[in-house]
Amino acid sequence: MSASMTTSNTRSLRGYLTERSASGRLLMPYVTAGVRGDWLELIDACIDAGADAIEVGIPFSDPAIDGETIQQASVVALDAGMTPAQCLSELAKREFGVPLIAMTHYNLVYRYGHERFAADLVGAGCWGTILPDLPLDVAGDWITAANEHDIENVLLAAPVTSDERLVEVVENTGGFVYVVSTMGTTGGRDTVDDAATVLARRVKALSDVPAIVGFGISNAETAVTAAEAADGVIIASALMRRVLNGDSTDDVASLVSEIRVGLDEAYGA
Amino acid sequence: MAMPIAASPKNMGAPNDLGFFGEFGGRYVGEPLIEACLELETAFTNAWADPSFRQEFLDLLNGYGGRPSPTTECANLGEMLGLRLLLKREDLNHTGSHKINNVLGQALLAKRMGKTRLIAETGAGQHGVATATAAALMGMTCTVYMGEVDMERQALNVFRMRLLGTEVRPAMSGSRTLKDAVNEAMRAWVSEVGDTHYCLGSVMGPHPYPWMVRTFHEIIGTEARQQVLDLTGELPDLAVACVGGGSNAAGLFAGFADDPSVRLIGAEPAGGAAAGRGVPAIVHGMKSYFMQDEVGQILEAESISAGLDYPGLGPEHSHLAKTQRAEYYSVTDEEVLEAFQLLSRTEGIIPALESAHAIAWVMKAKDELAGQTVLVNMSGRGDKDVQQVQEILEQ
Repeated sequence: MSASMTTSNTRSLRGYLTERSASGRLLMPYVTAGVRGDWLELIDACIDAGADAIEVGIPFSDPAIDGETIQQASVVALDAGMTPAQCLSELAKREFGVPLIAMTHYNLVYRYGHERFAADLVGAGCWGTILPDLPLDVAGDWITAANEHDIENVLLAAPVTSDERLVEVVENTGGFVYVVSTMGTTGGRDTVDDAATVLARRVKALSDVPAIVGFGISNAETAVTAAEAADGVIIASALMRRVLNGDSTDDVASLVSEIRVGLDEAYGA
Repeated sequence: MAMPIAASPKNMGAPNDLGFFGEFGGRYVGEPLIEACLELETAFTNAWADPSFRQEFLDLLNGYGGRPSPTTECANLGEMLGLRLLLKREDLNHTGSHKINNVLGQALLAKRMGKTRLIAETGAGQHGVATATAAALMGMTCTVYMGEVDMERQALNVFRMRLLGTEVRPAMSGSRTLKDAVNEAMRAWVSEVGDTHYCLGSVMGPHPYPWMVRTFHEIIGTEARQQVLDLTGELPDLAVACVGGGSNAAGLFAGFADDPSVRLIGAEPAGGAAAGRGVPAIVHGMKSYFMQDEVGQILEAESISAGLDYPGLGPEHSHLAKTQRAEYYSVTDEEVLEAFQLLSRTEGIIPALESAHAIAWVMKAKDELAGQTVLVNMSGRGDKDVQQVQEILEQ
């Protein structure tokens, strides 16, 4: 499916992901905008390697939820001069075959202005936002502005999230529920906690909204484990680690291919 | 003479249910920390409503912390400046600053919650030392995050914390100062939230911290108000305190917030002045004024004082600035160094560089303050800064 097949009036990130997940697990790679000069080609390569959607990280000076790798990627991108406006205008010049989802910290959105940010996201090919430091209690204004532009704001759920709160997350999220696999910061790990599966099951028991697991997925094996009860996985730090190590675009994308193959073998294409 | 713990003042009351003071504050943290914040809010609310908790806290403040701290009339410097100068002597507390008030409150609360471990961030090291002290007293393990730059500037406090049995971990990201130590501590808290209490050191961070930390420091203002009345028979014209995150100022201001005749003054470092400027930012779990660039990246503060080397301030201060109940002014490092030396020479009191900001503002504003009674919070003693000042003065 191509994003350009839908118009802004009819597109639905949730609908798109639901449809795609009917035949296999979703794979959503993350790329920090401006982490190097060819970051747009990196996105293309990830899509060619089998990504269903792309998370685009807009770098922030104080990424409190991020582990060392994404922190470093953010510093590199900021040092190279990346800004929210530049990120969105560079994205707007390209056509990608899949939905993009902007991930950043809320201050950049607040400062940009809700209305203008939502409008510019549409022009940039973004279908949703992930703002980890904007929990649902204070997200109302942004969600209203975003929805007016058919931008879906994704909420997070954590292993410690209470049943009562999880109901609210599931009811108020847009696109999917971001299942935080572990109590910690972002970063690839050797194993994925059972907590991811337990939490994904809790989400699925409440709703048919897609549940996608992130934090700590580093390779095909951890992706397959994490995706057991979920609709898909997000891979971020492991990719950015390769980028920071200076790996070629092909080498970075090969990790996406490996995970794609792993997921398809385990759960069907 | 032990002071009772008074009810919170009307003008500095509890924030709303979501933790907002006016438009500032809130709880802007990732979902993994939400439950911990809610648990803490409930625990604090219940504890503070429990007379036995408040009594235990007060007994600790008095019997261990050395309260009440006196208010000292500074006749020499006062005469020189042409005003009546009174110092609230938080520098005489155990561990040498006001920080012990908050830390004893939080450690007591953490124990009540069944936590066995404390983590904290520190800038100058005063809050780290205080937390390490409380952990030693209560038999809890403790890790303190400190910017790598600050660890060099405040090597003595690093050794003090280690002596007290605390592990000090360097924060290596960003400017490697207080802002980054906060980031590191918040990251660590997420992964250790089960048995660990994050003992935040200022009136900042996500709800309930700004409210809770201020409440634990209200004893400063409560004591000072009565002491000034006892000394002078009337209220002071001004209550002045330095502001980084703003905990000592919040504690002092709380004592006078409902006295409209008392001007509340916060002295910020010129390299970290944030109050009332531009649009607020959302960082470190709160909406408040921060130094930031035009797109919203947070800037690095630059101050001679590690304890005030923070680009923002607590949300209640932002509210007090916006509503104009309190006024905030900045002073330069040079003015602070002059105040540091002048107070030492004229009164025999070596102030912390942080507290010297408040004195520096009074010196700067002396003409406008002629004949008035000025209460300054001497938030900490200067022993930790003597070596740094010596190096600067000998350059």
